[in-house]
Amino acid sequence: MLPEIGQFTLILACVLSFLQIVYPLYGVYSGHQGAIKSAKILTTLQFLAVACSFLILAYSFLINDFTVTYIAINSNSALPWYYRLSAVWGAHEGSLLLWVFLLALWSIAVALLSKRLPAESVARVLAVLGVLAFGFYLFVILTSNPFERTLPTFPIDGRDLNPLLQDFGLVIHPPMLYMGYVGFSVAFAFAIAALLEGRLDSAWAKWSRPWTMAAWVFLTIGIALGSWWAYYELGWGGWWFWDPVENASFMPWLAGTALIHSLAVSEKRGVFKSWTVLLALSAFSLSLLGTFLVRSGVLVSVHAFASDPTRGLFILGFLVLVIGGSLLLYAVQASKVKSRGRYQLASRESLLLLNNILLIAALIVVLLGTLLPLVHKEIGLGSISIGEPFFNRMFTILVVPFALFLGVGSLFRWKRQSLEELRKPLALILMVSVLSTIVFLFVFAPSLTWLAILGTFLGFWVIVAVAYEIYLRATHRHSFKVGLMKLGNSHWAMSLGHLGFAIMIIGITMTQNYSIEKDVKLAVGEDITFEQYNFHFDHVTSLQGQNYTATVGTFSVKQGQQHIVVMKAEKRIYTVQRMAMTEAAIDAGFTRDLYIAMGEQLPDGAWAVRIYYKPFIRWIWLGPLIMALGGLLMIGDRRYRSKKETMKKVGAQHV
Amino acid sequence: MFNKKLLIPFVIFIIGAAFLATPLLKGSDPSKLESALVGKAVPDFTLQDIYDENKQYDASIFKGQKMLLNVWATWCPTCYAEHKYLNELANQGLYIVGMNYKDDRKKAIRWLNDLHDPYKISLYDDSGMLGMDLGVYGAPETFLIDSNGIIRYRHVGDLNQQVWDDKIKAIYEEME
Repeated sequence: MLPEIGQFTLILACVLSFLQIVYPLYGVYSGHQGAIKSAKILTTLQFLAVACSFLILAYSFLINDFTVTYIAINSNSALPWYYRLSAVWGAHEGSLLLWVFLLALWSIAVALLSKRLPAESVARVLAVLGVLAFGFYLFVILTSNPFERTLPTFPIDGRDLNPLLQDFGLVIHPPMLYMGYVGFSVAFAFAIAALLEGRLDSAWAKWSRPWTMAAWVFLTIGIALGSWWAYYELGWGGWWFWDPVENASFMPWLAGTALIHSLAVSEKRGVFKSWTVLLALSAFSLSLLGTFLVRSGVLVSVHAFASDPTRGLFILGFLVLVIGGSLLLYAVQASKVKSRGRYQLASRESLLLLNNILLIAALIVVLLGTLLPLVHKEIGLGSISIGEPFFNRMFTILVVPFALFLGVGSLFRWKRQSLEELRKPLALILMVSVLSTIVFLFVFAPSLTWLAILGTFLGFWVIVAVAYEIYLRATHRHSFKVGLMKLGNSHWAMSLGHLGFAIMIIGITMTQNYSIEKDVKLAVGEDITFEQYNFHFDHVTSLQGQNYTATVGTFSVKQGQQHIVVMKAEKRIYTVQRMAMTEAAIDAGFTRDLYIAMGEQLPDGAWAVRIYYKPFIRWIWLGPLIMALGGLLMIGDRRYRSKKETMKKVGAQHV
Repeated sequence: MFNKKLLIPFVIFIIGAAFLATPLLKGSDPSKLESALVGKAVPDFTLQDIYDENKQYDASIFKGQKMLLNVWATWCPTCYAEHKYLNELANQGLYIVGMNYKDDRKKAIRWLNDLHDPYKISLYDDSGMLGMDLGVYGAPETFLIDSNGIIRYRHVGDLNQQVWDDKIKAIYEEME
C-alpha cells in the first residue's frame, strides 16, 4: 500500500508543479495579486508531496520491501541500515527521485527566503523552477518509476547494492553533487525571469549571487568527495580519471566558477551583464547535459551503472526544449541589456574577463574531450578516444596564465590601474614566491622536474599574492591587527577561494610528480623498503562482514628505525553479487599518504601487493574544502542578509 | 536593435544537440547493440598483440572454431573477480580470446602474469576502437562467436558459474 501512496504523491507533485507554472505566470501577466502570491503556496505543496514520495521510498528500503522492483534490485536484507538508506540513490530511478526532491528543496528555499524580492519576480522565478520540475516529474513517472512492483511473485531477498557504492563516501557524494547540479537551477531561473522581465540590473546579480554561490559550494564539495572516494575505494590510487561522468560534474563547476566571478563584476560594476546571464544559463544547461550523459549511456564510461536509449531521448528532448528555449530567449532579450560601466584595459574588470575566458577555454577542452569521440564517430572519421594525456596537457597549459593572473587580479583596482604602481609589489611577490618554492622543494622533493618547479611556483605565487593583498587591505586605514578584524566576509571569501586553489595546485603538482607506485610480490614475513619506509607483511587473516567475507593483510610500517603504523588492507568478496572489491589500507598524513592494496594470492602462496607513496595528496581535497569554506563565508556576508541596506540599494537602482 | 551575435550560443547548441541525438535516433545506442550485432560477423579491425607490438591480428582470428571473446581491463574490479572463472573455463578447454580494453599495456601484462593467462590470443585495444564497434560500454563483457565468426550472444557483466549454467552454457553448446 505504502509504495502506491508514494506513487500517488509523486503524480500529485507533478500536477502541482504544472500549476506552479501556469497560475503564477497568469498572475504576473494579468496583474492578479492572488495568483502571484499562489506561487509560494504551490511550491510549498509541491515540495511536501515529493518529500512524501522520497520518504516513502527511503522507508521502504529500510523495511526491506522487496515487492518494489527497484528495491529488490538494489538492496538486500543483509545490507547495513545506512547503506539501505543510501541505496535509495544507488541507481537510476532513485537518483532521479533525489534530483526532483532536491529541486523542490531549492524551490521552497527560494520561496521562503526571498521575502525582500518583489512578489512578481519571485512568482516568475518559481514558475521557471516549476517548468524544470514538471519536466523531470514526467520523466520519472513515464520512464523511471521507482515504485514499480514485482507483484505477484516477489523475491525473498534483494540482489544487493553494487559493492562499489557500499561506502561512506557514496552515502554523501551523490546528494552533495546533486545539490550543486540542481542548485544552479536557481541561478538559471533568476536569469530566465530577468530576461522575461527585460530587466537585467545589478539587483538581479545581487539576488542571484548567494544562490549561485551556495550551489557552487555544494558542487565543489561533491566533486572533491567523489575524487576522494575514487582514490580510496577503487584501489587504483588515482584521484581523477577524466571519466565522462567526472567530466560531466566538472563542466558545470567550471561554468559556475566563471559565473560567481562575473556575477561579482555585474553586481559591483554593472558590466558584463549579458555575458553573466549566458553563463547562468550555461551552468545549469551543463548540469542537465551531465545528467543526460550519465543517464542515457551515450558515452562509454567506467561508471555505466544505468543506461537506456528511451530515457536518453526523453532527456535530450527536454534538454532541447529547456536549453534551446532559454538560449533563444537570450538571443531576443539580451540585446536590450546595456552595460553602463566603463573600464580600461589595465583594470580588475579586464582581469576578471580574462579569468572567465580561461575558465571557458578549460570548459571547452573538457566538453570537446568528452564529446569528441562521439562526434568523431558520427561524422564517419572512425572512433577515437581522448584520454588523460590530452586533458593533462591542456590543463597544464591553461593553469599557467590562470594562476599568474589570479595572483595579481585582486591587487588591481576597478576601472583603472596604473601598472607603474604595481611594479614594486609584483617584484616583491615574485621574490618571496620564488624563495618559498626553492625552500619547499628543497625540503619535500627528492628530485627536480620542470613541471614540479612550475606547479609549486604557481601555487606559492598565488599564496604570497593573497597574503600580500590581505596585508595591504588591512593596513589601508588601520593598524594591521585592527584592519584584519575589519575585513568583510566577502573579502575573506575571495582570499580563501584563491588560497584553496593554490593549495590544490601544490597538492596536484607534488602527487603527480613524486608519487611512487610499486607492484610487488610479498610472502608473509617478507618486507620491502623504499623512500625511507619499510613495509613488513605480518600476516593474513580472514574476516566475516555483514554481507561480505574478506581476506585481511596486516603490514607494519617503519620509517627508518621507528615504527609508525600498522596497516590492514582488505580484499572483500561480496556474497550476493559475487564481486571482489579491494579495500585499500591508507595511512593518511598532511604531507604524504601510504597506500596498500592487496592483489591476488599467487600459486606459490605469496601475494601480489600494491604499495603507493603519495606525497601531498591530501592537499588536493584540502584545497576545494577551503574554497568551499570561502563560499560559505560569502553567503554569510552581511550584504545578503540586511534587509534595509538592500532595499535602499534596490531603490537606488530604480531611480 | 536585434543583435545577431546573440544567436550564436543557440546555434552552437542546436548543432551539438543534433550530434547527440543521431546515435539515439538511429538506434545505434550501445545498449541496443545487444540485438543489433547478434547474428552478424565481428566488425573488421587490426589490433596489436598485448605482449608483442609487432604482431597484429584482424577479424579472421574469429573463424575456424567456436569461442568466447572476453573484454577486460585492469581498471575494472569486476574483471578481477571474473578472472578466476575464466581460468577455469580455459582449463576445461574452451577457446577464449581476450581483448584488453582502454588500458595500459604494462599493467595488463603484469595482470596476466600474476593471475595466469586464460586467453589463446590477447588483443590490445588501448584506443577502444574495436570496443566501440562492438558496442562495449564497460568491462567485463563476453561475446559468444561461432566457427563462422558470427556473434551469437553478448553477455554484459562478469561470468561466473551461475551465469554460465543459467544462460550461456546452453547457447555455447548449441553453437556450431
